[in-house]
Amino acid sequence: MPKDTGIGASTKRREDVRFLTGVGNYTDDVNIYGQAYVHFLRSDVAHGRIKNIDTSAASGMPGVVRIFTGADFEGVGGIPCGWQITDRHGNPMQEPAHPVLAQGKVRHVGDPIAAIVAETLEEARDAAEAIELDIEELPAVVDMKAAVADGATKVHDDLENNLCYDWGFVEENREAVDKAIKEAAHVTTLELVNNRLVANPMEPRVAVGDYNRADDMSTLYTTSQNPHVIRLLMGAFVLGIPEHKLRVVAPDVGGGFGTKIFHYAEEAFCTFAARQLKRAVKWTSSRSEAFMSDAHGRDHVTKIELALDKDNNFTAIRTETYANMGAYLSTFAPSVPTWLHGTLMAGNYKTPLIYVNVKAVFTNTVPVDAYRGAGRPEATFQLERVVDKAARELGVDPVALRRQNFITEFPYSTPVAVEYDTGDYDATMDKLQEIADFAGFEARRKESEKRGKLRGLGINCYIEACGIAPSNLVGQLGARAGLYESATVRVNATGGITVMTGSHSHGQGHETSFPQVVAEMLGIDASMVEIVHGDTANTPMGMGTYGSRSIAVGGSAMVRATEKIINKAKKIASHLLEASEADIELKDGQFTVAGTDKSVAWGDVTLAAYVPHNYPLEDIEPGLEETAFYDPANFTYPSGAYACEVEVDPETGKVTVERFAAADDFGNIINPMIVSGQVHGGIAQGVGQALLENCAYDENGQLLSASYMDYAMPRADDVPFYQVDHSCQTPCTHNPLGVKGCGEAGAIGSPPAVINAVIDALHSGGHTHVEHINMPATPARVWAAMQK
Amino acid sequence: MQMSDSREVAAPREVVWAAILNPDVLKECVPGCTEMTGNAEDGFEATVVQKVGPVKATFKGQVNVSERDEPNSLKLSGEGKGGAAGFAKGSATVHLEENGEGTLLKYDVDANVGGKLAQLGSRVIDGFAKKMADQFFTRLQEAIEGPADPEEAPEAEQTPGDKKKGWFKRLVS
Repeated sequence: MPKDTGIGASTKRREDVRFLTGVGNYTDDVNIYGQAYVHFLRSDVAHGRIKNIDTSAASGMPGVVRIFTGADFEGVGGIPCGWQITDRHGNPMQEPAHPVLAQGKVRHVGDPIAAIVAETLEEARDAAEAIELDIEELPAVVDMKAAVADGATKVHDDLENNLCYDWGFVEENREAVDKAIKEAAHVTTLELVNNRLVANPMEPRVAVGDYNRADDMSTLYTTSQNPHVIRLLMGAFVLGIPEHKLRVVAPDVGGGFGTKIFHYAEEAFCTFAARQLKRAVKWTSSRSEAFMSDAHGRDHVTKIELALDKDNNFTAIRTETYANMGAYLSTFAPSVPTWLHGTLMAGNYKTPLIYVNVKAVFTNTVPVDAYRGAGRPEATFQLERVVDKAARELGVDPVALRRQNFITEFPYSTPVAVEYDTGDYDATMDKLQEIADFAGFEARRKESEKRGKLRGLGINCYIEACGIAPSNLVGQLGARAGLYESATVRVNATGGITVMTGSHSHGQGHETSFPQVVAEMLGIDASMVEIVHGDTANTPMGMGTYGSRSIAVGGSAMVRATEKIINKAKKIASHLLEASEADIELKDGQFTVAGTDKSVAWGDVTLAAYVPHNYPLEDIEPGLEETAFYDPANFTYPSGAYACEVEVDPETGKVTVERFAAADDFGNIINPMIVSGQVHGGIAQGVGQALLENCAYDENGQLLSASYMDYAMPRADDVPFYQVDHSCQTPCTHNPLGVKGCGEAGAIGSPPAVINAVIDALHSGGHTHVEHINMPATPARVWAAMQK
Repeated sequence: MQMSDSREVAAPREVVWAAILNPDVLKECVPGCTEMTGNAEDGFEATVVQKVGPVKATFKGQVNVSERDEPNSLKLSGEGKGGAAGFAKGSATVHLEENGEGTLLKYDVDANVGGKLAQLGSRVIDGFAKKMADQFFTRLQEAIEGPADPEEAPEAEQTPGDKKKGWFKRLVS
């Protein structure tokens, strides 16, 4: 019998009422009396030297308040990068300046050159057309390998070259890996591209800067996944405003997918301009602007080699990856191809030797940073494609080859520096074979063939690292922040509870699932618990939502704070019941003296805390409010097995996803319905990457896909109904809820399943020369591959 | 994008040469051109209104003539800025060869677009550039010799073209 309340209940999402009835409060809904509007004049060349910006005519245009250029930001800090990587030789990465508005050069299409503040948006746009720009176009650097070749044009004149870093991991393993590959019975090699993506959240980015002269207080309303991080980065590094004079509010946010983690120039600009102009300044991105100013995702070019012994045991993995940073370093960009990618290269397998080399490259393109999965999809795609190719080359069953190499004993220390605490990869594979109906596949294939279609079954496993992360560890790895989370649990006099969390919800359903945890712990109804998040003025310091960390880290902080509440409430109850504190039990919202029928209700205790007439004032303070900070001891390691069935039309190369099954191990689960929804959305994004989405540049650095006519988002009819299961549960061993995180798994696990299925379909049709098709596997690519 | 084509013009090379360097001819021949001033030596200033896919804009820019080898070949290059719509630039290398009584006009076109035009119009840009080049050289041909068959004159040329068919050739001959 499924639970209908508390942990494990598929409680309906309470936030959906406002989202589905149009009463959400998004940043664009924030309008401040007297606000002006800003329009950014952006570069339409990929690389150029700014020789002159003449704003004199534009400044006289109707409604123009003021026009800002890079010169206005000379005494202001640049946009900071939050993670420093140390390269193979022990040197820090090359880190270029990132001005709020371009200074000296423009470095990508979309780089902001001038900001026109006017009474209306239309007036700002009109004035932008009157700005006379003299920009000397320079050769653009687009291809990553060309960018690091000798004599390449430099994106940043003051850096040595376009190589941000050359990272080796684990560098000490390099020679041993080379030797193992040389001595292997079989080596499978695969070169592949992880295509550049644009996140495209439904709500584009928005920033409203406000300034109150009366108390010298700045406020930024922004579409962010982590308002405290924005406050820290912008206040401390860009504008020099102390935290107590800077409030950052991220109200309802319509999807983030990583792209709203980062601190953006537009946020700093609106805050800065509001202080200069003593009035609010608002910017709302257009969809076209979003394509050329939101950080992009992925964009790796990789060669991977998998070595096996004569018994098909994996003996070594060696990879070489070129990772595109774009023109500047976005907030977490350097960490994505390194610590979030290299550390996952063991996957689910006990490969003893691994060496990962990553060359991060500057190009004249939009900055690239974390996008749903961030590094783990890139690792998973390489590994699961090369394992599939190895199975094909060796003529063995791809499931059997995987099972043979599975890690089966936990905890397990990988050769890439992480320790998996729990997992059961055979269990998720067993579950997958059941829910995907492997047994019925041959019959379905024959049925497809009757209709002239090629049917393929692709499977893969994944492991990922969530719940980022132990602060002392990430500090050693170059993070310039701690990665704990915090929560304040405020119990009100009549028993209702307000939880203020540093985690931010922008589609994850925290407002529903977090109360389920508190309600379970206290034995009260979840409707008595309200979640407050997204405002630095009324929530404790928080690091925000990304890396599937909210329940594992933010949820754990909330548990710790609730435990403190329970301890104090028991003290109050023991006083009211005239019993020993050790004998007090809390169950179903009643404090009972063990072994008796003497009890006092939750509401009586909370009232006593705030009306302390009969209260142990000599022992404890009145009130019932506790804060906890939680710093995780390790990452969490969700894992799973995915299966995709596709049909390929051999006449056109069109691929359709017919079936998709996902068996995940997320540890303990708070709300199964929300977890399923997270997996569904992740798979849709993974299928989008595998079959549809591609951010394209031409050789001049012109962005060619900046509208929904040119950038193909997945639609409802591109995905089937999924079979998802998360009944395999090996609880996390080091957080109080035993949870692992589920937000990114779908996007990590699904792309290799789709491509493995396409290859399988083509082989079944006799196209056995096709070893790989790069994503997105569009009809043109699939058809062309079949023709060779 | 790059493309090459050729067409036969029923006029001697000298006439074709002079036509290409005449701002009035250029104004008639550049599709969407609303203004054309200047001369072959110093370059022409042009205003062109065009719609590429979903983007409609007024482009202002320069057209320059270079690599002149009278009457054998020359290069026309231009760059137009369309404000928020982005920019377009391109060049056409034109070769004139004797072809009996007339001239064989060969051209190689190289065109680039940037900004919003590239972002929204890239899928249609090749076809657009080809159409622009076709229209330009068709109009040039008509300015010189008049349309082969007025009934078949493409729709796009009707407005400015009707009363001026073959006008340049009549002017010089």
